[in-house]
Amino acid sequence: MIHIAVQTVDIDLNAEYAALRSAGHNIGGIATFLGVMRDINDVAGDTAQVNTLTLEHYEGMTQASLQAIAVQAKSRFDAHAVRVVHRVGTFAPSDAIVWVGVAASHRQAAFDGCAFVMDYLKTQAPFWKKENTPLGERWVDARETDTSAAQRWTS
Amino acid sequence: MKLQLKYFASVREALGTSGETIDSNASTIAALKVELLARGEPYTATLAHPSVRVALNHAMSHDEAALKDGDEVAFFPPVTGG
Repeated sequence: MIHIAVQTVDIDLNAEYAALRSAGHNIGGIATFLGVMRDINDVAGDTAQVNTLTLEHYEGMTQASLQAIAVQAKSRFDAHAVRVVHRVGTFAPSDAIVWVGVAASHRQAAFDGCAFVMDYLKTQAPFWKKENTPLGERWVDARETDTSAAQRWTS
Repeated sequence: MKLQLKYFASVREALGTSGETIDSNASTIAALKVELLARGEPYTATLAHPSVRVALNHAMSHDEAALKDGDEVAFFPPVTGG
């Protein structure tokens, strides 16, 4: 099972979990990740409060990108199921933004597959965040740590 | 040949447009950039910036990629999803 969704509506966590648990035989472990909006941007010592966040994306390429990442993860970690849901639109602090779930026979593949999807998504999937703060609007900068995290999967 | 160009995020804001259809003789993305840079500002500052990324027909690409009629090329900043 590979399931990708790019949507504005909230993520139905129960439905996503249920889908993973029913993804087939020989599933011994399910690892998931939920990315939520933070109300503080602490990059480079800047502690400006963030009021809302707007997620822009490249319609068409986002779905293709997430699909390619999920296919890679499923194959590389021999997972039974990979599900990714990424929201777009405008968000308030603690809103869900992205969810990734991986089901595998054993836990290491599930953990690694989940981390792999997030690391690749952070560097490959065409989304861009814009923060609305008391100091004005600003685009979020990409992080070196995200690039390093993605590179650790290549060797 | 005809190319569909798309601009996203801060690139879109700097250029003042989300995209355009152009006639081009560019054989590669590098050649396409040369054509666009010839327009002057804000194209020069925006598209010549070392951090700008490019996608070709919905896949991440690079300057050496070859172009053909009907291709879609997008320019954008480093992605920040997730």
